[in-house]
Amino acid sequence: MVLAESGFSSPRNDAFPAGLRVLVVDDDPTWLKILEKMLKKCSYEVTTCCLAREALNLLRERKDGYDIVISDVNMPDMDGFKLLEHVGLEMDLPVIMMSVDGETSRVMKGVQHGACDYLLKPIRMKELRNIWQHVFRKKIHEVRDIESLEGFESIQMTRSGYDLFDDGHFLSGDDTTSGRKRKDADNKHDDRELSDPSSTKKARVVWTVDLHQKFVKAVNLIGFDKVGPKKILDLMNVPWLTRENVASHLQKYRLYLSRLQKESDIKNSFIGMKHSDLPSKDSTASFGPNKAMNMIPDDVPNGTYSFSASNSLAQNVDLKGQGDLKGITSAPVAEPKGALSIDIHDSHEAKSTQMSFDHSLGSVDSAVSFASFNSTTPLQYPWTEIPEIQFKQECEPLHLENGFSQLPLPGPSMIENEANRSRIEVKPLLDECRSNFVEHLGPVGAEDLFPIQSKSQSLNNQVFDLISATKSSMKTQDVGLNYLADSEFALRNLNASGVGVPLATLSEDLQICWLQGDCYPMNYGLQDLECPTYDNPALMAETPFHLYDVLRFDHEHLFDPTENYAIDQGLFA
Amino acid sequence: MDVVNQLQRQFIDYSASLHREGFLDDQFTQLQKLQDDNSPDFVVEVASLFFEDCEKLINNMARALEQQQGVDFKQVDASVHQLKGSSSSIGAMRVKDVCIAFRSFCEAQNREGCLRCLQQVTHEYSLLKNKLQTLFRLQQQILAAGGSIPVVE
Repeated sequence: MVLAESGFSSPRNDAFPAGLRVLVVDDDPTWLKILEKMLKKCSYEVTTCCLAREALNLLRERKDGYDIVISDVNMPDMDGFKLLEHVGLEMDLPVIMMSVDGETSRVMKGVQHGACDYLLKPIRMKELRNIWQHVFRKKIHEVRDIESLEGFESIQMTRSGYDLFDDGHFLSGDDTTSGRKRKDADNKHDDRELSDPSSTKKARVVWTVDLHQKFVKAVNLIGFDKVGPKKILDLMNVPWLTRENVASHLQKYRLYLSRLQKESDIKNSFIGMKHSDLPSKDSTASFGPNKAMNMIPDDVPNGTYSFSASNSLAQNVDLKGQGDLKGITSAPVAEPKGALSIDIHDSHEAKSTQMSFDHSLGSVDSAVSFASFNSTTPLQYPWTEIPEIQFKQECEPLHLENGFSQLPLPGPSMIENEANRSRIEVKPLLDECRSNFVEHLGPVGAEDLFPIQSKSQSLNNQVFDLISATKSSMKTQDVGLNYLADSEFALRNLNASGVGVPLATLSEDLQICWLQGDCYPMNYGLQDLECPTYDNPALMAETPFHLYDVLRFDHEHLFDPTENYAIDQGLFA
Repeated sequence: MDVVNQLQRQFIDYSASLHREGFLDDQFTQLQKLQDDNSPDFVVEVASLFFEDCEKLINNMARALEQQQGVDFKQVDASVHQLKGSSSSIGAMRVKDVCIAFRSFCEAQNREGCLRCLQQVTHEYSLLKNKLQTLFRLQQQILAAGGSIPVVE
């Protein structure tokens, strides 16, 4: 059976479910011991830890080292729900929550955050015996995703996306052709990744930067409010993509946006722009000027949406961290602010906002950020460590260069500084988004978040290079942003899926795209100023946002082409 | 053999009384079932962990409630919650019940009520500790006499 062969990277001699690798996290030593004993009796392979952070480290170190995580809700160093989110986002593993408290609201919260089950203590053996079903279920779904995509073709598609930019045919159907030749190597690589059974877990539709940008463009065109998978699919004009792929991606995107929104609310004070577009919560905050402001309308629980859409322009300048931003007065940044702040409130979100909004606005490099702004991919503002975003942003920066002179947005990650970027602290983002934006700038290292650490790192480096190069031109902002946003989004996806996207290539591509200047995205931006409000709280419930690092989404959201466009247009003014 | 039987009988009776009086519930039985050749002292080890944890938590609560300037009820509540979780691990029913009442007082920010509960919890915990130690001693005696520990359902 598929499961037996795929997905379990460590050697498993026994037939599934025996040998299931479980990671148990509980601060209560008594329970930890009992659970370990019970799980061992089920013939599972158990690893225990009493600290959430330790658990995250373990998970990150051995990405495919565990099949399922069981965690207590109440832990001293980190809220169990937070850990749950992290795991979902970074590793996409099934997580079971436990607690002695069985209040409906708590259970609901667990489910909302993506727990695949919620057990009440005292836990019985029989309850633990069947936890393998969650692992199995996930595998099945993944296989389905993979099967629905035509692996090789899809890879090529994504590649061609870049080409499109180059040729300026953003949404044309030509993308399949030009891209193909180009990154054959990449394709193969991606393809391999996709079809690699051991990475089944992550082998989903590869939402590359390129693909994601198309997605965002389509969404913007249609109007976030009226968006629907079918419409998006039609507009995207990507033959191998299915409606289901788009639907699930949309869901994630929405969650991401809403989360960004929340974060930006929170972070409003921190950074002018909080892009964190994590779709998870109504965030849409980062969207264009118009929208940005309200992006987070209802969904944002915090309600603080910093909508600064109008302010965003100014805000960008405010970005605390970044002195550079000052130079960027163009509005676009403003939005992110809103968006950024949105997420802040939400602890989960907070992270994302940080990232994206590093807006190191100060730097012209912000062009980069700007780019991200446009793109739906969460531009991680360099400010924080946005690890993932960095990647995205990097892509975007190129755009920025071209047309983002106005955009204050310093591509989320990009803008900050290259230095910051490289730091991409994925970890901080997640953990500390909320409060430590600035603090965490450093060290987290994107790796933490990215499944493909090395990749992201190299990507980041590349991006940085690109970014610096692009400093000056923000013209391509619109395009860039969108591109970036999408890129980030896609990248995030990519990362999530463990696809080894050749960063180098990507940056290269991005560069090209960015330089275009007349990218389609920009145009769209104008047309659809209505920033899509991705506030679809309902969507949140789904796990999708796990997949997308807050950062990623943040950027994406921020970089809604439409938004940027407006910014450029001086709407903010 | 007589000695062993006698001891075993004692063990069974004592176990039953602990259950009857609400000191232990089914969870304890589950723990006993988990004990096997791989971990022959499993129950004793778990109980030790529980005692340690309990003492630490009770101290935390006492410290928090002693604060003259202002009791941090959230902190107390957090400790109580942890104690509740811990007690559920070995089936310490009476301790757990006190915790439930304790939490209500915390929520109501009733210092007096909390102090009373703290006293009760300390009392219940001591009682349980003694009883478990007696039970474990009996177990050891049985094993020393060459017998095996009967499983009490």
